Amino acid sequence: MAHIKVPEGVPGIRSLVVFRPETGTPLYELAQVLLRKESPLSTAERELIAAYVSSLNQCLFCTSSHAAAARELYGDDRETVDKTLKNVDNAPIGPKLRALLHIAGKVQQSGMAVTVQDIAEARRQGSGDREIHDTVLIAATFCMFNRYVDGLASWTPTDPEVYGEMGKRLAEHGYQPTKKD
Amino acid sequence: MAHIKINETLPGIRGLMDFRPETAKPMNDLAEILLRGDNTLSRGDRELIATYVSYLNGCFFCQNAHGGIAQHYLQCDLNFIDGIKENYKTSDIPDKLKALLEIAASVQKGGKNVTGEEVGQARKFGATEMEIHDTVLISAAFCMFNRYVDGLGTSAPLDRNFYVERGKQRAEEGYANFNPNN
Repeated sequence: MAHIKVPEGVPGIRSLVVFRPETGTPLYELAQVLLRKESPLSTAERELIAAYVSSLNQCLFCTSSHAAAARELYGDDRETVDKTLKNVDNAPIGPKLRALLHIAGKVQQSGMAVTVQDIAEARRQGSGDREIHDTVLIAATFCMFNRYVDGLASWTPTDPEVYGEMGKRLAEHGYQPTKKD
Repeated sequence: MAHIKINETLPGIRGLMDFRPETAKPMNDLAEILLRGDNTLSRGDRELIATYVSYLNGCFFCQNAHGGIAQHYLQCDLNFIDGIKENYKTSDIPDKLKALLEIAASVQKGGKNVTGEEVGQARKFGATEMEIHDTVLISAAFCMFNRYVDGLGTSAPLDRNFYVERGKQRAEEGYANFNPNN
């Protein structure tokens, strides 16, 4: 049971957006700009950062849905997602993404945990201002989404198939408040 | 110096919003609805929640920027705001607001920290479904804003009176058409 009266049978953030569409609109718009619009990071990489931060925040709904979206977007390399969520240090990802995930992990703890050394390492591995900016803001944004979803105890489906379908929809349609997921 | 190249004359989140207007727009739209839109919670109370969460996250810029706005709406002084940060439970504020601040503080630690008892307590003191929702989302949103501001190493004026002056202007202009250069 959620902490407030949201529609039954609607999972996670969807139920909260139905409850309060006025805030749902900018929340989905922010997700769409950050995860889908133009960026030097691929959509797959950005969904992976979102899933990784959500897993650190132990938000099962956001971890499962964004991991599913990342798997779709990685296509043939879909196992990258689960390997990364299991252990970033030996995941089959490049040093640039590894350095950015490290920064995202720091942001999850606190903004002040990010050090100049973390930033310098990301730059050494080929990141510019935009990669660093987008990584920090994606991580910060999921610290919001995760708290919103779990802070109101919204419904978290446990059937993996539900997330598989969600991942396909997110990969194909992105984030639109008026459409399902 | 911030971690990325921004206009260093713009403090806190303003330099970041100037760097990336595409993400600034939905963030400001969210702040406008949450902190200034029609609501049974006063603008002062909502700014106070934002201030308290920013304090818990140790974000100097946000706690002072929103503290300055709260001060303007509540017509109180810095000592009152500091008293809330130190111990809101002994502050001269209504029980309902204390219960909402407790929920906001739990959200700051992590969404799962919010308990049924805390929500029940807020209801007992008259909080509505929407007020509980908005409290959780304001707290969650400031866990984002605070991390954005500090995660990119932005600078902030150290003189706290700067923010009191600014608070009046921000309260009048709002967030929706926020121009980072003003």
